[in-house]
Amino acid sequence: MSEQNSGKFLLTSIRDLDGRERDIRIAGGVITEISSGGELDGIQHEDEKVIECRGLQLLPGLVDLHTHLREPGREDAETIRSGSAAAAMGGFTAVHAMANTDPVADTAGVVEQVVRLGRDAGYCDVFAVGAVTQGLNGRELAELGAMAHSMANVRVFSDDGHCVFDSLVMRRALEYVKQFDGVIAQHAQDPRLTENAQMNEGKVSAKLGLAGWPAVAEEAIIARDVLLAEHVGARLHICHVSTAGSVEIIRWAKARGINVTAEVTPHHLLLTDDLVASYDPVFKVNPPLRTDVDVRALREALVDGTIDIVATDHAPHPKESKECEWSEAANGMIGLELALAVVQESIVKNKMASWRLVAQRMSISPARIGRIDDHGLELGVGIIANLTVVDERIERKVSEIKSVSKSSNNPYRDLILPGKVMHTFLHGNLVVHQGELVRPL
Amino acid sequence: MKAVLSSADITRALTRISHEIIEKNRGTAELVLLGIPTRGTHLAERIASEIGRIDAGEIPVGTLDITLHRDDLRSRPPRPLTPTRIPAGGIDGKRVVLVDDVLYSGRTIRAALDALGELGRPALVQLAVLIDRGHRELPIRADYVGKNLPTAHEEVVRVAIKEIDGEDSVSIANAHE
Amino acid sequence: MSDNATAMKKHLLSINDLTREDALLILDTADELARVSDAPIKKLPTLRGRTVVNLFYEDSTRTRISFEAAAKRLSADVINFSAKGSSVSKGESLKDTALTLQSMGADAVILRHGASGAAHRLAQWTNGVVINAGDGTHEHPTQALLDAFTIRKHLKRSSGNATGVGEDLSGLRISIVGDILHSRVARSNVLLLHLLGAKITLVAPPTLLPVGVEEWPVEICYDFNEAIEDCDAVMMLRLQLERMKSAFFPSAREYSRLFGLDRERLLHARKKPLILHPGPINRGLEISAESADAVESVILEQVANGVSVRMAVLYLLLGGAHE
Ligand SMILES: [Zn+2]
Repeated sequence: MSEQNSGKFLLTSIRDLDGRERDIRIAGGVITEISSGGELDGIQHEDEKVIECRGLQLLPGLVDLHTHLREPGREDAETIRSGSAAAAMGGFTAVHAMANTDPVADTAGVVEQVVRLGRDAGYCDVFAVGAVTQGLNGRELAELGAMAHSMANVRVFSDDGHCVFDSLVMRRALEYVKQFDGVIAQHAQDPRLTENAQMNEGKVSAKLGLAGWPAVAEEAIIARDVLLAEHVGARLHICHVSTAGSVEIIRWAKARGINVTAEVTPHHLLLTDDLVASYDPVFKVNPPLRTDVDVRALREALVDGTIDIVATDHAPHPKESKECEWSEAANGMIGLELALAVVQESIVKNKMASWRLVAQRMSISPARIGRIDDHGLELGVGIIANLTVVDERIERKVSEIKSVSKSSNNPYRDLILPGKVMHTFLHGNLVVHQGELVRPL
Repeated sequence: MKAVLSSADITRALTRISHEIIEKNRGTAELVLLGIPTRGTHLAERIASEIGRIDAGEIPVGTLDITLHRDDLRSRPPRPLTPTRIPAGGIDGKRVVLVDDVLYSGRTIRAALDALGELGRPALVQLAVLIDRGHRELPIRADYVGKNLPTAHEEVVRVAIKEIDGEDSVSIANAHE
Repeated sequence: MSDNATAMKKHLLSINDLTREDALLILDTADELARVSDAPIKKLPTLRGRTVVNLFYEDSTRTRISFEAAAKRLSADVINFSAKGSSVSKGESLKDTALTLQSMGADAVILRHGASGAAHRLAQWTNGVVINAGDGTHEHPTQALLDAFTIRKHLKRSSGNATGVGEDLSGLRISIVGDILHSRVARSNVLLLHLLGAKITLVAPPTLLPVGVEEWPVEICYDFNEAIEDCDAVMMLRLQLERMKSAFFPSAREYSRLFGLDRERLLHARKKPLILHPGPINRGLEISAESADAVESVILEQVANGVSVRMAVLYLLLGGAHE
């Protein structure tokens, strides 16, 4: 999709997903040669750039099914250009831009514009998520078919930010997108149970005097929707699963053969609601940070496959939306640049998961759910070279990492996190080299 | 550290001050003793009982906290208040004798006079101290002095009394001791 | 004179900022300052040259006047900054306001705000001392301090100690009745009364208790008659009638029948309990008209106690140097 596919690269002694050292040759946008580590060393082709990768881990380019790029409408918080650059810095080669922009991505025109701006920026393949209902109103379906058949080729539909709460509308949406193999990505939140909700409902909210967002408001919607998906034989995806109870329901649904997939965000894998005690809205997010028990259940579910993927829910906000009282502040945190580091911290460092599993959850499975063909591919000669190279040995103070996102609502800023994305290849072109954008913003 | 007054010296000094108070006030009529916490309070009680013994009467004695009137509050973290106890008869029209352990800059007494001003209008106010170590920063002098003790600025005068410290003594130390 | 410097935290945002010793120090200092308030000249020079700002985003004349009187009796300069009609209502953020007040030289900001945690936020943005005068449904620490002060004065005095000075509240059983869920007064009181050793019972319909209340150091009782039996003090919370619209309870009549205080309910009390209410009372709702009269006297006393307690807080937070 991006420019000229002219780069020629030789990656030497890089570790594949099975832990073997490889030399990998890239040319014309695809992988042209793979051999055992060291074999191709010194056999350099003309115009070829050799990148020494000893000790570095190769991953298929990461795919994010849930990104808020804010354009059109809130270019002060993020643009498609800055957001896709942040994605590349985080090792992503594809992102799905959520529909809750201004105007809402509920027509072919808007989704095509989003994809075009992504292509023009050239940092990352940008796919558009279409709104389920017109203007996210929850009542009338948006032109789902027009978006699916547009140049944007939309397959994922979501009213994210809002729940498709009306049971009948949800049923119809699930049924309707079957004709083009689409999926409804549900933001599961019972709106009545979460009126004015500020944080997870539990012992911390009781103490802080903040209105509670009960787990049941998520779980009840998921329970309804898996039953609806079963009834109409449709494909359902659950956005940002945040509770142990939700995990149980999804596990049950999968055992029953229901066609449901689910995502978890990096922040729900690492952070808990205790952090709200500072009243710093950098920790305000929807669904809210939950408890230790939930974090443990989410990690286990991600490892055992009950939760299929990690999706960032990257939600940039300008300073003034966070430098205020908690209840006034906007929901959301940025996540593209550190998603892989947070996943490493949450499940790799403690040996719950291998890099192969990370590749599955952050690249292969999300690409399959989003029905995109050029990403999330098993390593092999001839595949399109969407690749990420990470140095897992580096540890960094988050506060010292410079970000390319336009927003700074980073909840990890007081932490030290492992791993650094060294190189990102998009269609065989180097977009991030040695942890820097090849073409600065 | 150098001992300056022994227990017996202190008792003698307080007895002498008691006699002087009676003499100067021509008796004990309308007399009220107010100690400045914390050691001044106990010294005031001792003087009152000594005057009572000499004069065979009960002398009203109280305590006057000056914390809220200090001019050096901002130089240190806030201090807890100590109680102010004014004898039942009040201080209006009385002959009030303030009692403190050491007279130094005079700022404590200035604060005590301010505090007193809010409680009533005495006929007159006198000052009794166990030690006058000099270095006044205000035009204040004591009417009754147990001992005049020339000191250097960097020296510290330590007054110990039985009620608080378990013994009666006065000594001088260098600041770093 | 005593040189025991206190080690209180810089701000008073929550009762959690206080140790038991801090809380007793505030009450004992208030006790001493109450005597000053009785003196003919009601002004002390203690905070001369210090500027205290009353920053009130919610109307609360009673609390504002109480803080203002306390600050003025300690000779502080007081600036009243009400959000209504000022730049605040024109969209200036709390942070901008904080920075403005700081550049004006405010040594302390007393903040009343509708958002839980607003005082915590303010403290992150300003160098001055922040005193929480009620933040959303979170806390109202000085109200709890004055409640504890009043309770101690009534229930812990003895022949040699007319005001209970130096005492904590151990051995007392105190019921807090009403809308616990939305009450900042209740949250602060639970923390403080527990800190001071009292046994606390919360009496409310389950809808008006927060999820997570199981973690609080309290007993829960749904039966007011049972709770009042063995009670030394009853703290009635003000009920906002609009709660009815969100299905918290069916009707005012049912609420007052089950959770209101009236003469008949008081017949269940073995001891005659001290009745407190943060005021103003909804007569006939949480307290029956005839019981309200009995409570009014304590409410008036609370006004005086409020000034003493707030003077103590201002003195202890502002009266000295903080390193
Ligand atoms: Zn969402």
